[in-house]
Amino acid sequence: MVVFDKPNALRDVPLHYCPGCTHGIVHRLVAEVIDELQIEGRTIGVAPVGCAVMAYDYFNCDMIEAAHGRAPAVATGVKRALPQNIVFTYQGDGDLASIGMAETVHSAARNENITIIFINNAIYGMTGGQMAPTSLPGQITQTSPYGRKVEDCGYPVKVCEMLSQLDGPEYITRVAVNNVKNVKNAKKAIKKAFENQVNGKGFSLVEVVSTCPTNWGLTPQDALKWVDEKMIPYYPLGVYKDRSNTEVK
Amino acid sequence: MADKVLMKGNEAIAEAAIIAGCKHYFGYPITPQTEIAAYMAKRMPKVGGVFLQAESEVAAINMVYGVASTGTRVMTSSSSPGISLKGEGLSYLAGADLPALVVNVQRGGPGLGGIQPSQSDYFQATKGGAHGDFHMLVFAPASVQEMADLTVKGFDLADKYRMTSMILADGTLGQMMEPVSLDYEVKAPIEKPWAATGTQLKREHNVINSLYLKPEKLEQTNFERFDRYKQIEESEAMYEEYLTEDAEIIVTAFGIASRVAKNAVNMARAQGIKVGLIRPITLWPFPKQAYQNVIGKAKRIISVELSMGQMIEDVRLAVECKVPVTLCNRTGGMIVSPEQVLESIINASKEVNA
Amino acid sequence: MKTTNYLFAGFGGQGILFSGKVLAYKGLTDGKNVSWLPSYGPEMRGGTANCSVIVSDEAVGSPIVSNPNVLIAMNLPSLDAYENSVTAGGKIFVDSSLVDRKVLRTDVDVYYIPATSLASDNKMPKLANMIIMGKVLKEMGEFDNEDGVVNALKKVISAKHADMLEINLNALKIGKDY
Repeated sequence: MVVFDKPNALRDVPLHYCPGCTHGIVHRLVAEVIDELQIEGRTIGVAPVGCAVMAYDYFNCDMIEAAHGRAPAVATGVKRALPQNIVFTYQGDGDLASIGMAETVHSAARNENITIIFINNAIYGMTGGQMAPTSLPGQITQTSPYGRKVEDCGYPVKVCEMLSQLDGPEYITRVAVNNVKNVKNAKKAIKKAFENQVNGKGFSLVEVVSTCPTNWGLTPQDALKWVDEKMIPYYPLGVYKDRSNTEVK
Repeated sequence: MADKVLMKGNEAIAEAAIIAGCKHYFGYPITPQTEIAAYMAKRMPKVGGVFLQAESEVAAINMVYGVASTGTRVMTSSSSPGISLKGEGLSYLAGADLPALVVNVQRGGPGLGGIQPSQSDYFQATKGGAHGDFHMLVFAPASVQEMADLTVKGFDLADKYRMTSMILADGTLGQMMEPVSLDYEVKAPIEKPWAATGTQLKREHNVINSLYLKPEKLEQTNFERFDRYKQIEESEAMYEEYLTEDAEIIVTAFGIASRVAKNAVNMARAQGIKVGLIRPITLWPFPKQAYQNVIGKAKRIISVELSMGQMIEDVRLAVECKVPVTLCNRTGGMIVSPEQVLESIINASKEVNA
Repeated sequence: MKTTNYLFAGFGGQGILFSGKVLAYKGLTDGKNVSWLPSYGPEMRGGTANCSVIVSDEAVGSPIVSNPNVLIAMNLPSLDAYENSVTAGGKIFVDSSLVDRKVLRTDVDVYYIPATSLASDNKMPKLANMIIMGKVLKEMGEFDNEDGVVNALKKVISAKHADMLEINLNALKIGKDY
């Protein structure tokens, strides 16, 4: 009896993520959705620059490594060339909300029929814990060693709130993966974001509030708590835009 | 043969690209190349293609990267400042061995520079143009017909060698009209088994990537890429020779400057001066052989450029400093006149015969 | 072996580039080598506009005309700027309704055509360019092959604007007969 197995859409290789990092959970959710929708053979993923840079090694579908922040532009090209394929990007907060902001906003404005999985853990992980566009006010990072001062560095970028103001996108939602209930909701959101593309509905972005215990300087357990206590109050979970559903936050 | 029609150089590039099977164009407006985008915006919907005005040059080149990843012919075009923005993408295209066509209709620089014709992006185009060890195939058309012909060839060679072809034109060639014939036999596209098109669950996944965390692997990849470059240098260099057989003075120029230079060569010949012209058609690979052929025969080479002198360095390397090379130039959007080149030729003639 | 270098100069909006195309297409239909090169600037309307056209039996070298055999000056600044650049024995065509001085050169043939007035008199206010072009084509011997002129005009006027063919042709004839 199989109790637990990897989804088919994930390759049988060890992931490099730190203990307690939630990238692994989100990878798995994306892979499960690809399996359930039976789209692996026609899916093309676009990996970011950031901790998930090597996602191209982890997914079984064809994968493209993009330059930092450019994944939505790369995905736009792929989707325009192969409209019948399913194209997703998997990006972190520095990639999507800082250096790639223009690509993010304009692919949303164009309602590109792509799916974006956006990992928001409020820090640059791969380069060793610098301030991200989503770092919280007062958050201590390597480049905000006295805490993020909003007077100097401005306020965090709230991606879902911002993108939901555009007429373009189909579906904008924020989820978390710090407890079982949230993981289940995240899976539903990711599935809907892929289904929207399969059904030709357009731009769908799922922001996943995530952890970075290593760079937050917390244990994995405390990192999950920090998500509840600090992150979610600043980044409320919920559906920010859904054209197929009038019930919008 | 089909009737010749008058076309602007920019439009000839666009139509030739469509004939070559390019159905995807991404760009951003900038003078003096905007006619390419305008032409594509009109034509692409009629041929079932994609025209998309991107939010930036950076986005445009990355859309090109995306389409190229699927093994589909794709292009973008811009002018000098915009090409600088595309630099990031050019490096990634090279690192991932993706074929694409990029057009630079040059204008004066640096910075915002001007909007008049220039050739001052020679270094940028031929020496890589962005970070890392790489080259692009660089074509320098000198007529509207060549704008079209080299576009078609550029696509073919880009596919063959899995690299970027750049058409290095200038504002004059982009804006001028000349008769052009677009009568091409289009070759069937070559197989691209490396492309990201979906596995259909029938093969291992393809990965389009330029990241190598192990330096040994990156070094090896670069070595292999440069082996390919060496093969290209041996087989793909193109140039035109004009009256070089008995020439003691060689004028050399590419693109629009070569047409001015040719006028001057004819004027000097009429005065009895033995002068000829070498016109590189590919700037990378640089046609070294053309210059090596005149070592021991020519006493002086004059490099005519619309820049502060960039190609001149490659000319000097090609003749291994065995022939003195001087510069005749204008820059900043100014164009050399035939009279200015003639004067250089006459002065050189006096000096070498003194 | 013959090469004729034309320079058309005037304000943007006077149809300078369009009339240059007629001449270039006439050359093309006669089997000549031709080039057409506009000046371009950041302003879309009202700035200076000029256009170099070369019609030659040989391959065209530089497409830039700095010493025209034929200058068409559609306004005073253009005449001021280019009068002295015309080759000796060349021709200067002046829109005399917009240029209130005479050509100073004595070594060139000069033709004064009140093209802008003729255009408004004939209720074709946008076609001063074609009226002066009619005179240019006649003096350059291009009207010897009138069918060629009509064919060239057909090439320049897109199918979408085919209804404009007749009025343009009439404008050319007004200039030719002036």
